[in-house]
Amino acid sequence: MDAGILTQQTINALTIGAMYALIALGYTMVYGIIELINFAHGDVFMVGSFATLWLLATFGVEGTINDPARLVIVLIAMFAFAMVTMGLVGVVIERFAYRPLRRAPRLAPLITAIGVSFILQNLIQATYSTADFNIPQVIDPQAGVSFTMPTFNVGGFAVTSSAVTASWVHLFIVVLAVAMMVALQLFVRRTRLGRAMRSTAIDREAAQLMGVDINTTIALTFFIGSALAGAAGVAWALNYGHTKFDIGFQAGLKSFTAAVLGGIGNTTGAAIGGFLIAFVEVFSSQLGYARWSEAIVFSILILVLVFKPTGIMGQQLAERA
Amino acid sequence: MNAPRLPVLRSDSAARQWFAGLPSSRTGQFFGNHQSLSVIVGMSIATAILPFIVLLPPFSGFGNQTDFVDGFAQAGVWVLLAIGLNVVVGLAGLLDLGYAAFFAIGAYTYAYGASPFSGNHIPFWPMLLVGAAVAAMFGLLLGAPTLRLRGDYLAIVTLGFGEIVPVVFNNSDQYTNGTNGITALYQPIIPFTSTSFGFGNPVPYYLTVAAIIAIAMALLYRLQDSRLGRAWMAVREDELAAASMGINTVTTKLLAFAIGASTSGLAGVYLSSKLAIVSPTQFGFTVSFTVLAMVVLGGMGNIWGVAAGAFVIYEIQSQGLKQLDGFVGSWFPNGLPVVGHVEFLNYQYLLYGLALVGMMLLRPEGLFPSRRRRAELHDVDDSAAANEELVEP
Repeated sequence: MDAGILTQQTINALTIGAMYALIALGYTMVYGIIELINFAHGDVFMVGSFATLWLLATFGVEGTINDPARLVIVLIAMFAFAMVTMGLVGVVIERFAYRPLRRAPRLAPLITAIGVSFILQNLIQATYSTADFNIPQVIDPQAGVSFTMPTFNVGGFAVTSSAVTASWVHLFIVVLAVAMMVALQLFVRRTRLGRAMRSTAIDREAAQLMGVDINTTIALTFFIGSALAGAAGVAWALNYGHTKFDIGFQAGLKSFTAAVLGGIGNTTGAAIGGFLIAFVEVFSSQLGYARWSEAIVFSILILVLVFKPTGIMGQQLAERA
Repeated sequence: MNAPRLPVLRSDSAARQWFAGLPSSRTGQFFGNHQSLSVIVGMSIATAILPFIVLLPPFSGFGNQTDFVDGFAQAGVWVLLAIGLNVVVGLAGLLDLGYAAFFAIGAYTYAYGASPFSGNHIPFWPMLLVGAAVAAMFGLLLGAPTLRLRGDYLAIVTLGFGEIVPVVFNNSDQYTNGTNGITALYQPIIPFTSTSFGFGNPVPYYLTVAAIIAIAMALLYRLQDSRLGRAWMAVREDELAAASMGINTVTTKLLAFAIGASTSGLAGVYLSSKLAIVSPTQFGFTVSFTVLAMVVLGGMGNIWGVAAGAFVIYEIQSQGLKQLDGFVGSWFPNGLPVVGHVEFLNYQYLLYGLALVGMMLLRPEGLFPSRRRRAELHDVDDSAAANEELVEP
């Protein structure tokens, strides 16, 4: 057994999991508040990665930045730009595609959501193309801490270790994602707007009677959810250094699986689910089932929905009449 | 809803309305009471006329008759898919986003039944039924555990299933020849002869698919007006109320799923025999999405509407956009003002997306609405009014 590979893959899984968790938060928040599966959410993430590409190209950033002060400024600019623009994209989508259908039968907003997903994909395809685009990796992907795990041999059970690299970019993504999740929790639990969101999720009409502005609250939920997807798009750009118009579909479906696994509507659950799905994906590839990893993830989705639709942390949802 | 209602008009069959509107009220009554016949007569007329319409301008300028008939034979696949998905989405109100999976299952069933790769050579005609049955079986297998779920969970489960099936076909090299797909499928034989359909001539395929569509449509119309069809609509409009009226909602939904899947299986068998090749890349999410767009645009719940919608969309996609590119290219050799050179073909899915959103916002009942569906999809106030009009005489 190689403890080095195990540790390396754990680091990889944590990085991918952080991205899935950020996307899953948007799914779960929107579902929690208006009970809609926002199929376009994965594509908002994809557009976020293209926003990063655009920003870096516009300001002439072409590769790794070694000056720490400049790096911090560029990173802040990347996140601020992608998060704000994606947040606004989310608000616009909600305003024009979902809000008019709030009282329509359930099927209607689901169909517009799929429509919006295709619109986003094809707008990107039209402005860029179907090619795979390289995004300059501002944090040197090779730089990081290298170490080996302790090795031992007990009664013929040998544990070896190859070199492990915890690259800065991986650590940065995981730390940032966790920080964002904590900030989100604090926002939802401690602030007035967060309370408005929670009360709207529980009972929209009662919240309205108590003076909560429902439209603003739902728009705010879309803003935050989409901004987190934008952050995931930046994280994707930092980690992989390339993007394509169709990355949103798979990533979105996997993140949705994460949200369901964690218990849809529950933000802590979504974060846990994101990491779990990433572990399943990374370790199924490690065990030689790379070609099957998607099928495994979606089978988990189906099994969870069938046997435990409330997920790990979720509560029973009543069937909406 | 302002049109005077004829006494024979019990459902929203466009064919029925059309025949009922014929000058002789006796003819109208005859066809009104013999719905299957009206579907078959309607399909026969359409099948007979279409190849000759394309000889007239402006269509004659776009290509020769053989190419058009081949296009129609291809369009038939989408018509079949659309009327099948219409049962699931339009009649029973279940959003199935993995519909292409059953299409793939039908196609691979034929490939396995009649190709040098598997060594089997079962004739095409029985394989049609086998393909439909296998697809229906998978519909039941997927539906049985999942149809108890809330509607939007069902959408995501079917989406997941639609992703898994091509992956399985892609990775099971031993049984499906993996990425390369199964090639050189045997062609159908013209019944009562020993002549094969042949590749150069699309006419046998065209007639075959028209016949399959006519039979499928006649059966679906009968189903729609049967006890089961009424149960589908009841479940769609209010599941709780339907259950309390004694409808077994799970069986009802399961049957919608299986019947929808079997139609998709038919389309799969037919398509694979026509192309003589199946490969996993043919059955991606875009197929499911396109069929959904066809059903929504055609008018969920209206069988003729959905069939016409599928046909028109397919023709626009395969012919119209190409022609548009040509026209725009010849009128504006330097590109359109402002936007420059535009390849309309590349915007196909963007147009579908816009059409889906626009349709849901402005006209959720589709271009050729079913009156029940329209009543359901409009606001509470005017649906109450519409429901009053819907009361049977």
